[in-house]
Amino acid sequence: MNASHATTAAATPHATHYYVPQPSLYPIFLSGGMFLLALGFILLMNKFAPGPWVMSTGAAVIIYVLFKWFGAVIAENQRGDYTDWEDQSFRQGMVWFIGSEVMFFAAFFAALFYCRTISVPALAGMDPLFTLYQGYTGGWPTSGPKGASFTPMGAWGIPAINTALLLTSGVTLTWAHWGLMKGKRSQLNLGLILTVLLGVTFLGFQAYEYHHAYTELGLTMGAGVYGATFFMLTGFHGFHVTLGAIMLAVVAGRSLSGHFDAKRHFAFEAVAWYWHFVDVVWLLLFVVIYWL
Amino acid sequence: MNTASHTLDPHGAHAHHPTGILRWLTTTNHKDIGTMYLTFSLLMFFVGGAMILAVRAELFQPGLQLMKPEFFNQLIGVHALVMIFAALMPAATGFANWMIPLMIGAPDMALPRLNNWGFWLLPPAAILLTLPFVLAIFGIGDGAVATGWTLYAPLSVQGGIGVDFAIFSIHILGVSSIMGSINIIATILNMRAPGMTLMKMPLFCWGWLVTAVLLIITLPVLAGGVTMLLTDRHFQTHFFDAAGGGDPILFQHLFWFFGHPEVYILLLPVWGLMPHVLSTFTRKPIYGHTAQVWSFIAIGVLGLVVWAHHFLTAGLPVPALLYFMYSTMSISLPLAVLFFCWIATMWKGAMTFETPMLFALGFIVLFGIAGLTGLVLADVAADAQYHHSYFVVAHFHYALFAGGIMGVMTGVYYWLPKWTGHMYSEKLGKTHFWLTVVSFNLTFMPQFFLGLAGMPRRIPDYALQFAEFNAISTVGAFILGLSQLIFAYNVWACVKGGKKATAEVWESTSGLEWELSSPPPYHSWETQPVIKAN
Repeated sequence: MNASHATTAAATPHATHYYVPQPSLYPIFLSGGMFLLALGFILLMNKFAPGPWVMSTGAAVIIYVLFKWFGAVIAENQRGDYTDWEDQSFRQGMVWFIGSEVMFFAAFFAALFYCRTISVPALAGMDPLFTLYQGYTGGWPTSGPKGASFTPMGAWGIPAINTALLLTSGVTLTWAHWGLMKGKRSQLNLGLILTVLLGVTFLGFQAYEYHHAYTELGLTMGAGVYGATFFMLTGFHGFHVTLGAIMLAVVAGRSLSGHFDAKRHFAFEAVAWYWHFVDVVWLLLFVVIYWL
Repeated sequence: MNTASHTLDPHGAHAHHPTGILRWLTTTNHKDIGTMYLTFSLLMFFVGGAMILAVRAELFQPGLQLMKPEFFNQLIGVHALVMIFAALMPAATGFANWMIPLMIGAPDMALPRLNNWGFWLLPPAAILLTLPFVLAIFGIGDGAVATGWTLYAPLSVQGGIGVDFAIFSIHILGVSSIMGSINIIATILNMRAPGMTLMKMPLFCWGWLVTAVLLIITLPVLAGGVTMLLTDRHFQTHFFDAAGGGDPILFQHLFWFFGHPEVYILLLPVWGLMPHVLSTFTRKPIYGHTAQVWSFIAIGVLGLVVWAHHFLTAGLPVPALLYFMYSTMSISLPLAVLFFCWIATMWKGAMTFETPMLFALGFIVLFGIAGLTGLVLADVAADAQYHHSYFVVAHFHYALFAGGIMGVMTGVYYWLPKWTGHMYSEKLGKTHFWLTVVSFNLTFMPQFFLGLAGMPRRIPDYALQFAEFNAISTVGAFILGLSQLIFAYNVWACVKGGKKATAEVWESTSGLEWELSSPPPYHSWETQPVIKAN
């Protein structure tokens, strides 16, 4: 046997006990909820009557389990079960999770760039003798050779306001972070509440924008690749803002009940990273979807 | 050598653990979860195998004998999805769960509850994938996904309810793999024993680290791709429809951006465990540890930028063809480094041929054939003939059965005594190996010739000229499938009893995992070992 290591305990640079949680039923219930949600959605899309019921049962299970599971983690944290060692695992987990989210958005950005630079010009550049789509000239925005006409969404109305809102929310969140580090609790609480409010306002504007697009501009999911990429990118972004705002609200609630201090505030930071990620995605969206 | 089982546990983790089924539903223990992954994998291996035996039975003779073409199409696609996502990937994750904490001197995985969730997402996903078969019996829908596992648009846009089931199954499998990967990365980066620098870390852990990063980079793109497929099917979008400005080839890009790294995701854990096995049974240290680490990283990085060689005949522009051909071929360089290191590890060693060593050697030879035929397929000019033929089927079964599955079997035989505390039957193990390796070649070697002669894949009928080779292939497939029952029995018998295994198990082992008793205590390294600096 290779004797390059000894198995006796010795002074270690960090805590020597790692917290392994007790057996838990939350994960399997969460999986069950996801199964029902997916099954219900499939049934719904294929017009089977039980679809909505199965789906809402699944959603209810998921919400309930998340509530309990995160509650348990918060309780363990407040009880002092976690040291810097566990904290480091959570940080790693969140960073790589956001990394996977980046790649999810990358897929939709890739679809947008592919259509703009490859498929649309290729369809417009086909030999007129052989193409199905004579007279199609390409360009962007487009709903494709056979798509209905629509008006694209301008950049300098609501989208510009929304950009300002999200950028401001990044500032208020950082301001809250400063408050936390300096022990100014009211600055922390106020900053968090402002950030949530800005996020919610953003979502309100976006809902209005969607309504406007569908009812007045003829811009729908079905409006060719422009409509598809527009709604999928901004829609998934909006969904992430919603999740971020919920998480921020939870953090604000915890902060109001006296959780977090200058040293231990992983949840706050994780949500802040998430929020900034959502912010950066929006800036890219604003440039490539609305502006260019 | 067992020093790890008696530190204080303030939370009384030894005190009240649920028993029976609840133990498995609720466990946060990396060994329990690893066992569940491996058991699930073995089960699904037989499910996927049964599907393909039905396919081979249909292909035994020309003409349609046993099933309708639609059902044939469902079987081949679900076979692939089951084998990749429900057999091979969970097997590798099971290895990771069992071995990484033991190898790096960690008390458990970094995020134990998340670990449990990662496993328990798999059964719902497997049910979603196979449920349409059952529903079709009751007259609901037209069966499982019938597009092949690649789900190419526009066929998948037009397909039946089975496609929707496959999409959501893939979503849930994706969540599972991403959670598993996050956990493995956090474990490796945060839980290593003091003194174990990254470059000292065992190669198996390195293989998995690169795998996990690849999964986090590529799986979300697949999730995005199948989401676009879903909206094209049900929500009027035109991502893959030229009439709306989209392009079916866009789906191929998105799919293979995931699909090609997936090959390395399946193989890197195996490449990681191979040097450990070779070193043990040649009684020599691993040759080229650092070179292998950098090869893993190089293969991971290159694997991300070569995807379009899977559709070289789709009509890509010539510069793209050239780029994807040369970049694909360049992967053979780091892969050759790995082969060289494996051979150099064995060079002049005192070799013995226990079952894991036999599987490792079988792996090296047969996986070598996969690599060489892969080079042929990467060649743009040659690929025009081989594309979508049985040559491709033979090639990727040399990669994924001889590379992936036989690699997993190497690991199972190598570590089974460590996990169970018993030795398995060498006699049965060797019988299993020889039957597997002979029948594997009997099954797939003829398919190279079928492909060269022009037999297309994914078709339930064929011209008379292909009859002999198909008959041989079917006979081989049934022997191969039935031989795996020996494996299942051997594993079962080893779990139930057998000669006691020592802590070291094998004569010449190296690494922390061999310092714990066999089986290891419920909590592995409650006190972390310290790696000396030499």
